[in-house]
Amino acid sequence: MNAIIFSAIFGVVMMFSGVFFSSKQLIRNLAIGLMAALLVLNAAELQGYGLFDINLNNMLHFTSFGLVFNCIAFAATFIYLLLSARDIEQVGVNLAEYFALIFFILCGVGIATSFNSLLMLFLAIEIISIPLYILTGSDKRNLKSNEASLKYFLMGAFSTGIMLMGIALIYGATGTFSLDAIATATKGFETLLTGGLLLLLIAMSFKVSAAPFHFWTPDVYDGAPTVFTSFMATIVKAAIFAAFIKLFEKAYLPSVASWKAALTFIIVATLFIGNITAVFQQSVKRMLAYSSIAQAGFMLFALFGYSDFGKEGILLYAAAYSAATIGIFAILLKMSDYTFDGYNGLAKREPVLAFVNTIFLLSLAGIPLTAGFFAKYYMLVAAVKSGASLWLVIFAVLCAAVSVYYYFRVIQAMYFKTATTEDVTTAPVTINFKVILIVLAAIIVLLGLFPHWLFTKVYF
Amino acid sequence: MPVNYYIFVALALFSIGVVGVLTRRNAIIVFMCIEIMLNAVNLLLVAFSKMHAAVYAAAAPATVTGTGIDGQLFVFFIMVVAAAEVSVGLAIIVMMYRNIHSVDINFLNRLKH
Repeated sequence: MNAIIFSAIFGVVMMFSGVFFSSKQLIRNLAIGLMAALLVLNAAELQGYGLFDINLNNMLHFTSFGLVFNCIAFAATFIYLLLSARDIEQVGVNLAEYFALIFFILCGVGIATSFNSLLMLFLAIEIISIPLYILTGSDKRNLKSNEASLKYFLMGAFSTGIMLMGIALIYGATGTFSLDAIATATKGFETLLTGGLLLLLIAMSFKVSAAPFHFWTPDVYDGAPTVFTSFMATIVKAAIFAAFIKLFEKAYLPSVASWKAALTFIIVATLFIGNITAVFQQSVKRMLAYSSIAQAGFMLFALFGYSDFGKEGILLYAAAYSAATIGIFAILLKMSDYTFDGYNGLAKREPVLAFVNTIFLLSLAGIPLTAGFFAKYYMLVAAVKSGASLWLVIFAVLCAAVSVYYYFRVIQAMYFKTATTEDVTTAPVTINFKVILIVLAAIIVLLGLFPHWLFTKVYF
Repeated sequence: MPVNYYIFVALALFSIGVVGVLTRRNAIIVFMCIEIMLNAVNLLLVAFSKMHAAVYAAAAPATVTGTGIDGQLFVFFIMVVAAAEVSVGLAIIVMMYRNIHSVDINFLNRLKH
């Protein structure tokens, strides 16, 4: 409850800060300070110091899993703000509003990790989506940003309509929006219930950009201002996955056998399309968009093999994927050229950036000693334990092998190629920026060595 | 009237909305079709809400207070969210119109390259 209420209040505070403060520095520091406060408040609730005791009528249900997930999302946002707050300034003039929208999205994240009613699921998804439409279009003069924003808005609203239809049909079958009651639904309305669950599955696949409902993702991620793509592809995506996994656990698991076929199809299609298309990209930003689709395919394994292992896996995956992708985007923002060639000779110009970027890319590819390895490992073990057919797991491993190709292209460009022209430049970076990136890389390596460290709070 | 009639009307409206979104090229009309989809859901929720209230009333008249009300509650949330979405959506469409003097969706295909 702390997370939801305070993120909304902090969002309003940030909006007013734009009126009262004229210094950009001040607004930036205020946002970072409030973000740290939000993280502390959420951690306090995890320790049992919730500040609010409200009768929620069982619409929200705060579990340690959800709170740990909030902690990961807020910590990732905190690091994101530390790294990229200056780049947010470059997007447009409404600096305070961008931070306010980010806080409002975090409010939606808080609801998405704790909902216990389809009404709250709907509100969470919308609270996350509507500010994102604005952030996507925040570069008002840029045609690409306009296009991305309109496309995202139309696709998002369309999938919301489908989701609402699904919820309405489920309501017709069960007479309630409560997740607990759907599991024990009365017999007699199977057609309505199945239709509703199917529409809901399609809508959620839209939102997490799983194939075959992924087609909006590359265009939107490519067109949005890079600094907001970073936020969209990491924290928001992970949060919607947290909602998806909870929904699946409660609503689909009772009849899981019939849903596994549909889920298998989605996983295979997502892994295949995401990885194969990423190979052919020339722009690193677009490659990262496809890679986010491919990573979503792996995260879907958590639904497939729903168990404690899968739950731990999605936490680790969210942390590993968010940390690595935020780092890569922060470095990408410093590049003048977003193609693979833009990275040529980076190791000579900025050895530290090249080194941490290598760690991030290795983690995304799932190389041992990085967090990404254990994240993928947990997912696949969960799938095997739940009785997934072996070829599905083998297919996933093969796709991970394909992903090595396009991640290593960047490493190859950084270390083994020299810049051919002089106009490929890197924006100057401060020493603080480098220190934060090194800390981020250290977190990834530590999580790769001791993944259990992340889960201790879930059980105690 | 039996609840079936409402279900058919709602599903018909919803289908009209879906077909409109998939076939029309004008951003405003696409947007209107999305609103039709949302309103179809509203109608369906209210119909189901009445249906469940009637079912409960027939089964156990003592517990009738409040049953089926959450469907109508949901409708208000959909209206509010739809209003928020309209304000953002129209702003985006106006922004696009200012830049390219058109609201044609075909413009969106330029991002694919």
